[in-house]
Amino acid sequence: MKTILRLSAIIVVVAAVVAWLVGGVNRGWTKTSVSVMKKDPVTEIEYPEFEARFSPGVDFLGAALLGAGVLAGVSFLFRKKPTTT
Amino acid sequence: MKNKLSSLFALVCLTATALAGPQTFDFKDPKGVNNAIFKLDAPLEAISGSASGISGTVAFDAANPSATKGKIAVATSSLHVGNPMMKEHLHGDQWMSVAKFPEITFETKELKNAKTTGDVTTADAVGTLTIKGVSKEVTVPVKLTYLKDKLGQRVPNQKGDLLVIRASFSIKRSDFGINPGAPQEKVSDPIELTLSIAGASPKS
Repeated sequence: MKTILRLSAIIVVVAAVVAWLVGGVNRGWTKTSVSVMKKDPVTEIEYPEFEARFSPGVDFLGAALLGAGVLAGVSFLFRKKPTTT
Repeated sequence: MKNKLSSLFALVCLTATALAGPQTFDFKDPKGVNNAIFKLDAPLEAISGSASGISGTVAFDAANPSATKGKIAVATSSLHVGNPMMKEHLHGDQWMSVAKFPEITFETKELKNAKTTGDVTTADAVGTLTIKGVSKEVTVPVKLTYLKDKLGQRVPNQKGDLLVIRASFSIKRSDFGINPGAPQEKVSDPIELTLSIAGASPKS
């Protein structure tokens, strides 16, 4: 059980870091839509167009690290059964 | 014969005067290009978003831009930020109270210091800004670009003119009762606003 929890904690941390890196290293808050600036050719007005895209931020990374910490912490509650000789 | 000619002349003069008067531009934009962008400083990341629900009309006279008058409204329900929880807070009672105050409006009274170069007029628009039911007189630097006969390029088979209005200014959220309880070290008091809108004046 101890090993499973510790492995899970490592997987959570690695998955969160990979998702954060792949998501564009967003140092802000997590977003579910990202704006892309476009320009109207006639009026030359620049306007944001929102694309539904998940961009994990530092809050996502923090929550994942906290979750991994909890998993790792719980793993210490499980002690090896003393072996009798 | 002389009387008929006089009447015709009078009619031509009246028509010319009417045509030379202010045109009404409608700022409801089906293309979704018109936008207002807002930005507030915050420790981790500046809170920035936009609104696209723009409507209103402006009476503009190319021969006399300083006589420009009108009212622009922004639907508060169209306020958008990328973080869903932040958006929920933004629409909530403490921030914009969207259900209770569905519009932000700006109504111009006059244009001061109007300077026109070609089709571009810069001026200070003096008017009443109403947010969350609080009305304050503000002066906003504006840039008006008159695009004669350009409506057809945006809307096929439609003749007419376009008027582009750009404005960048700053307000204080404490002046309008926008989440007055939020500490300024967490969310700045000044809100930077940028408005970029185009209105159409069709000709039949």
